[in-house]
Amino acid sequence: MGVNNHHETFPWKHIVGFIFSLLLTFAALWVALSSGLSAGAIIGIIVILAVIQASLQLFMFMHMTESDSGKIQTINMAYSFFIAVVVVAGSVWTMSFVL
Amino acid sequence: MKWSEFFVTGEPLIYAADVAIVLTIIGIVFVLTYFKKWKWLWDEWLTTVDHKKIGIMYIICAVLMLFRGGVDALLMRAQLTAPNMKFLDAQHYNEIFTTHGTIMILFMAMPFLIGLMNIVVPLQIGARDVAYPYLNALSFWLFFFGALLFNISFVIGGSPDAGWTAYFPLASNEFSPGVGNNYYAVALQISGIGTLMTGINFLVTILKMRAPGMTLMRMPMFTWTVLITCVIIIFAFPVFTVALALMTFDRLFGTQFFTMANGGMSMLWANLFWIWGHPEVYIVILPSFGIFSEIVSTFARKRLFGYKAMIGSIVGIAFLSFIVWVHHFFTMGAGPAVNSFFSITTMAIAIPTGVKVFNWLFTLRKGKIRFTTAMLWSLAFIPNFVIGGVTGVMLAMAAADYQYHNSYFLIGHFHYVLIAGTVFACFAGVHYWYPKMFGHLLNERLGKWAFWLFMIGFNICFFPMYFLGLMGMTRRMYTYAAGLGWTPLNVVATIGAVLMGIGFIVFCYNIYYSARYGERDMTGDPWDGRTLEWATASPPAHYNFPVVPEVTDLDAYWAMKKNGNGYEVKEEQLEPIHMPSNSGRPFLISIAFFIAGFGLVFKWFTLAIIAAIFIILGLILRSFDDDDGYYISVDEIKRTERLARKGA
Ligand code: HEM
Ligand SMILES: [Cu+2]
Repeated sequence: MGVNNHHETFPWKHIVGFIFSLLLTFAALWVALSSGLSAGAIIGIIVILAVIQASLQLFMFMHMTESDSGKIQTINMAYSFFIAVVVVAGSVWTMSFVL
Repeated sequence: MKWSEFFVTGEPLIYAADVAIVLTIIGIVFVLTYFKKWKWLWDEWLTTVDHKKIGIMYIICAVLMLFRGGVDALLMRAQLTAPNMKFLDAQHYNEIFTTHGTIMILFMAMPFLIGLMNIVVPLQIGARDVAYPYLNALSFWLFFFGALLFNISFVIGGSPDAGWTAYFPLASNEFSPGVGNNYYAVALQISGIGTLMTGINFLVTILKMRAPGMTLMRMPMFTWTVLITCVIIIFAFPVFTVALALMTFDRLFGTQFFTMANGGMSMLWANLFWIWGHPEVYIVILPSFGIFSEIVSTFARKRLFGYKAMIGSIVGIAFLSFIVWVHHFFTMGAGPAVNSFFSITTMAIAIPTGVKVFNWLFTLRKGKIRFTTAMLWSLAFIPNFVIGGVTGVMLAMAAADYQYHNSYFLIGHFHYVLIAGTVFACFAGVHYWYPKMFGHLLNERLGKWAFWLFMIGFNICFFPMYFLGLMGMTRRMYTYAAGLGWTPLNVVATIGAVLMGIGFIVFCYNIYYSARYGERDMTGDPWDGRTLEWATASPPAHYNFPVVPEVTDLDAYWAMKKNGNGYEVKEEQLEPIHMPSNSGRPFLISIAFFIAGFGLVFKWFTLAIIAAIFIILGLILRSFDDDDGYYISVDEIKRTERLARKGA
């Protein structure tokens, strides 16, 4: 049942993760709106910021390292990675034919 | 904005609907007040976190939506019966096919299956509730208010009219001014959040809350299909969330993601839509496969044939379902490499699907078949669904699809898979599990009448559509000229649709009739079932199982019955049971979502922001919520169990 295991300590990890996520998001916003870089550079930078933020959230919020079943985590991550590649690469490939 | 723009005006049909809506609301308020039922409604339903009640509410809403979508369908069939009909004009027809498609897939098929999932899965795995009961209530209310928001577009502001696929540039501000497509973007977003949370909830429930002894390979087939469906939901819905958000930005804030100018890319919408959309059709078919598997094995009195092959094929289907989406727009002309690739992956899906069909057939082979209503729906599913599947493979051939695409042939295909697959499964599942839900059976005679009417009507309605498609009739046309040779088949199709409507009425009458005269289910096991949901009372007590059962076999309850006296509870074994507390917050948060959504639709941003503050407030309150549920005492369990055994 949905009983929370009570951690008595303050959730520092979550707060720090949250603040860093905000920082990274605003950084991306700034790069896109007011950095004045070329479109290619902007896309490159926000992709990198996005990957950093995704990994940050996996470790800070998603208990990546706390699970007792490493196997499920591995399958899960591999499948997520597969879907992400399919969605992105598949879209780019298909849409490259649109003028 | 003027009031005459706010309310939809000028259509006699809409005025009739306005009157009907107002009368219904007055009626409901009157009945609740007269019988002093407000408190009961709040305590027992609006605040409940019990998966069985939430499931029942899902199914009630789904049946209502089936009615709404069905009325849409009959209106369309009326318009198409004869050439040059003046019953609906083009705009009205566009709105109706849009709401029909959206409602049937997102507010009928999915909630119906999620409702059955809610009722059955925890019982099948011997659990007392889902992993996150509070979240489950929130999922339901988000779906409910999302559906409500979508439905009021009909009388307030105007319905969306760009198809359930809402392709750009048609769905952009430029070509669809008005608020109709804002409703589409916002309402689907709200209910989509609910669906995503359901996916997470049931994934955790199935992985973490199975009764002792129930290994993954002893899980009932329905639970397996739900597990895999959850995985598909979790990976597919975020794509839709993003696509809808971009659509919302385009429509409300003037971004140019999908527009024709300023570097926007209209086909990207189609691409993202189908990355979600194809997995979505598997989200509504896999649980249906699970339902049929349970029913076929119960009424053939045999263990499911090829259990492992079944699991292998659903995993295979789930995997393939993510790499076929381009088959929905072969005609975009993405070049031979892309089209060939997606053509082959699409055809490959027929292989695991075929494996499953043969497994059902072999389960039937030499079985002692009982022709109950649930079994009739399941038996009819097999040949009808195969027709849909075979025509699917025809569509999968990219070169040939240039001919079939967006013709009535396509309409034939997806109705054969969605109706013969999902809708038959919903009816089958409702008849099968009805005693678990309400403690009495649905009448079999009426059930069979409804089955034959609906099933025959379905074939009369949709089989001619394949030929209409081959004769050149395209989808979404609101009228056609005489002399094209399409009239006779269209008349036939309309007759079929009327038969299906009558079948649905008989089904609804059966619910009423059975509530009054239906046979009570005293044993909890009316069908001589095989899985754990039949081990407990009908309807089960709030806590499902007084003692959590031990599982030793795939057909857990069947094994208990063969090796002993079934599921027996000795009073010494009882221990206090921990249950989650009810909460009104999911309901209230969802109302805030509804108001925020309404504000967004009309660009009343102040209203939207105020409602959004309430949403966030609800989340904060939840974070500081220390309610860990409560315990049911052993005495109370004893009392409940004795009453249940006496059949009171
Ligand atoms: C053997 C398996 C299947 C194959 C090979 C297949 C293939 C296809 C193809 C190629 C199309 C696109 C045709 C076109 O637009 O010209 C299509 C459309 C469609 N299919 Fe299937 N399909 C299969 C099973 C299913 C199932 C199980 C469902 C749902 C339960 C389904 C629902 C749909 C829907 C809703 C559409 C049309 C959507 C729209 O354009 O509005 N299909 N199918
Ligand atoms: Cu598809």
